[in-house]
Amino acid sequence: MSTTAQNKPAVHTPAQPKTLDVGRLLLEGRAFFALIAIIIFFSFMSPYYFTFNNFLIMSSHVAIFGLLALGMLLVILNGGIDLSVGSTLGLCGVFAGYLIQGVNIEILGITFYPSLWVVVVLTCALGAAVGCVNGILIAHFKVPAFVATLGTMYVARGIALLITNGLTYNKLDGKPELGNTGFEWLGFNRLAGIPISVIVLIIVALICGLVLSRTAFGRWLYASGGNESAANLSGVPVIRVKVVVYMISGVCAALAGLVLASQLTSAGPTAGTTYELTAIAAVVIGGAALTGGRGTVRGTILGALVIGYLSDGLVIIGVSAYWQTVFTGTVIVLAVLLNSLQYSSKRNSR
Amino acid sequence: MSLAFNHSSDEPKTDVVLAARNIAKSFGNTHALKSVNFDVYHGQVTTLFGENGAGKSTLMKVLSGVIAPTSGDIILDGSPALFNNANEARANGISIIHQELSLAPNMNVRDNIFMGREIISNGSVDFAEEERQTRELMAGLAEDIDPLTMVEELRLGQQQIIEIARAISQKSRILIMDEPTSALSATEVEVLFNVIHDLTSKGVSIVYISHHLEEALLITDHAVVLRDGTMTAYAPRKDIDLEWIVRNMVGENFDLGSPPEGYQFGDVALKIDDLVISDPNGADFNVVDKLSLEVKAGEIVCVYGLMGAGRSEFMECIAGRLNAQTGTILLGDENISKLSIAERINVGLALVPEDRQKDGLVQTMSVGQNLSLASISDFTKKLFISTNSENTLIKQSVKAVTVKTSGADAAIGSLSGGNQQKVVIGKMLATNPRVLLLDEPSRGIDIGAKAEVFKLLSERAKEGLAVIYSTSEVAECLSIAHRIIVMHKGQISAEFDSTVSKEKIMAASGESVAH
Repeated sequence: MSTTAQNKPAVHTPAQPKTLDVGRLLLEGRAFFALIAIIIFFSFMSPYYFTFNNFLIMSSHVAIFGLLALGMLLVILNGGIDLSVGSTLGLCGVFAGYLIQGVNIEILGITFYPSLWVVVVLTCALGAAVGCVNGILIAHFKVPAFVATLGTMYVARGIALLITNGLTYNKLDGKPELGNTGFEWLGFNRLAGIPISVIVLIIVALICGLVLSRTAFGRWLYASGGNESAANLSGVPVIRVKVVVYMISGVCAALAGLVLASQLTSAGPTAGTTYELTAIAAVVIGGAALTGGRGTVRGTILGALVIGYLSDGLVIIGVSAYWQTVFTGTVIVLAVLLNSLQYSSKRNSR
Repeated sequence: MSLAFNHSSDEPKTDVVLAARNIAKSFGNTHALKSVNFDVYHGQVTTLFGENGAGKSTLMKVLSGVIAPTSGDIILDGSPALFNNANEARANGISIIHQELSLAPNMNVRDNIFMGREIISNGSVDFAEEERQTRELMAGLAEDIDPLTMVEELRLGQQQIIEIARAISQKSRILIMDEPTSALSATEVEVLFNVIHDLTSKGVSIVYISHHLEEALLITDHAVVLRDGTMTAYAPRKDIDLEWIVRNMVGENFDLGSPPEGYQFGDVALKIDDLVISDPNGADFNVVDKLSLEVKAGEIVCVYGLMGAGRSEFMECIAGRLNAQTGTILLGDENISKLSIAERINVGLALVPEDRQKDGLVQTMSVGQNLSLASISDFTKKLFISTNSENTLIKQSVKAVTVKTSGADAAIGSLSGGNQQKVVIGKMLATNPRVLLLDEPSRGIDIGAKAEVFKLLSERAKEGLAVIYSTSEVAECLSIAHRIIVMHKGQISAEFDSTVSKEKIMAASGESVAH
């Protein structure tokens, strides 16, 4: 066509080569720059902030939100939302505590003490089961994700309270003669100086990153989040993808529950309350679109770091907890504002 | 162009109410309009013709104040006018009926028509008066729609009528209509044209845009042709015909091709027996009623029919998106009636859906990722996607379907409509189908791209692909199809070979040929 012949030079000569578009760079790397700014600010405010040890401590706090946020990222990429992760975290922590305390089977008159690996596997399986319920409700019965996960949020929390009768399991050390010791390893030990919880986060992040960028499942996830109907007509098993996504989110919540219970050396039924909102915030700060189809693991980890380093920094310099909430909220709103700026500028730059 | 203003001697009595002078509009490096001049006459219809991307919609947005021109003037009643927004244009008597419906589906017809201009008396909305006026408007448009019906309960065509009624009720002097007939039935189009005649006789000037060239020629008084952001021709109705418009639109004579020849058809590739599909919206009738069809390998079949004839449902059912009530679908010897969409793609049957924005493309993904989406599992080795084979496939596809893109990483939205359609076709062809269904493949793409799509299909047919495409434009039936099937009320009402006349096809579809 004659028309394209004229337009082509305009398309091909890169009018804005990737040299010095500072605004664009700042916008796309905003989570990263925000993190740098936070670190610099608090390093000036407090001599304790910029120390290796403090970073490790802060990072082990971040690990909990990070794990939840990675599961949440997959759900949000798929165009959904998972409000149940905080409750799932609590339920799974309590369940792990329950197993470590010993399962009393009265009919046989014995108490069963599962070994630690069995505890971890069973807890993750419980997380997956909660996610599976979410997934089936949303994918098969077409319940809106917000409502379905709101429901499981209440149910999971309720079951956690029922298991302990509202109390907290405190003795999670296990007994050497029963062979179930070592639960604190997850929350306290270090491998080559790095807390185990941070290593768990890194491994999960790497797996998520690989799944998203290199597997067909990852592509299906992005596609059905971007346009479910087009993905369906292209042969993507959209229902299966959806169920699996919520199951992964549940497993991530279970891992976070194990880490938290281990860090606190106690498993309380109210652990993780409102954590789902922090996880959503981390995903959004990381640049993902709540409408689905856009977002990266890297961004989400940066988002979790921003939230964690900011709130820990505020604690270190002695800002009141009430102000922390105000700051966190402001950061979230700013992030969403910038997100809409980025996506609308993309649309206009055609 | 030199043609532009020498017509005034022919019609000395008409006044120019609105004129565009040297209007240019650029979006960054893209020049959507380059110095456009044209006049709108008092009480007459001026039609803008042009391919997609020629700048028609941009020009309309400039005239109606939605966007500001980069340079140039809009002359209203002889003096320059500058509208900062659509409301200012409306205050000056210019309103626009957009191509995309702008109704609130959760509100009733009355409230939609008076949205933002509610009739207030004694401090509250005078619903009775609004309702009376709505009834009057509906009567004038010969539509039996109750003012209290929810808009979401109306057919798309009826919604379009509401949109038109709203514009009429604003008592504009200049009414811009952007593709108002795209969702209307033949009778509704006739009513609309009567309304347009009525309006012009009352002194309202109409600016009309349509892809349906024959239809637009029926009502227009003046024709303006845009190509590539420039006005290429202008003439009053009596001096022009269809060929003139097409010639000026595309710059040369265009031919949508002829049925590919010189080879034998293969075995039956797709066999459909007594297919019955009930209405997907739950109404108590069958959208497809005992339809049987056989298509051989290498054959191209065109399915023609009006809106609501059941073409889309027919295709979606074969592809597995809708469930059939009864009937069997055989691909070769294999019964695929019970398979999922993914399984049908695997055995060699693919659908290019009608609405490429809604069902065809993933807007958040790149051109390359869209192209490889349907065949992604083919180049997954063990766990991971093989980047090499994916890139090879993308390169091949871009070449095979001649997508014009700055690269495989380009955003899908940066492509023109025709190239987006080629991506959807390329995506399905990458699954190596034996049968390819295309639901209105030419919808919303320009003539040049149409010809390219049809050429591509006929080349594939020569290699043994069975092609079934549907269309609502008769000219497209008489292009590459070996056989033309006319659908009417869910059944095949006629079957023709490629030598049939347009009139016969239209008659079989139950269409009234307006003159």
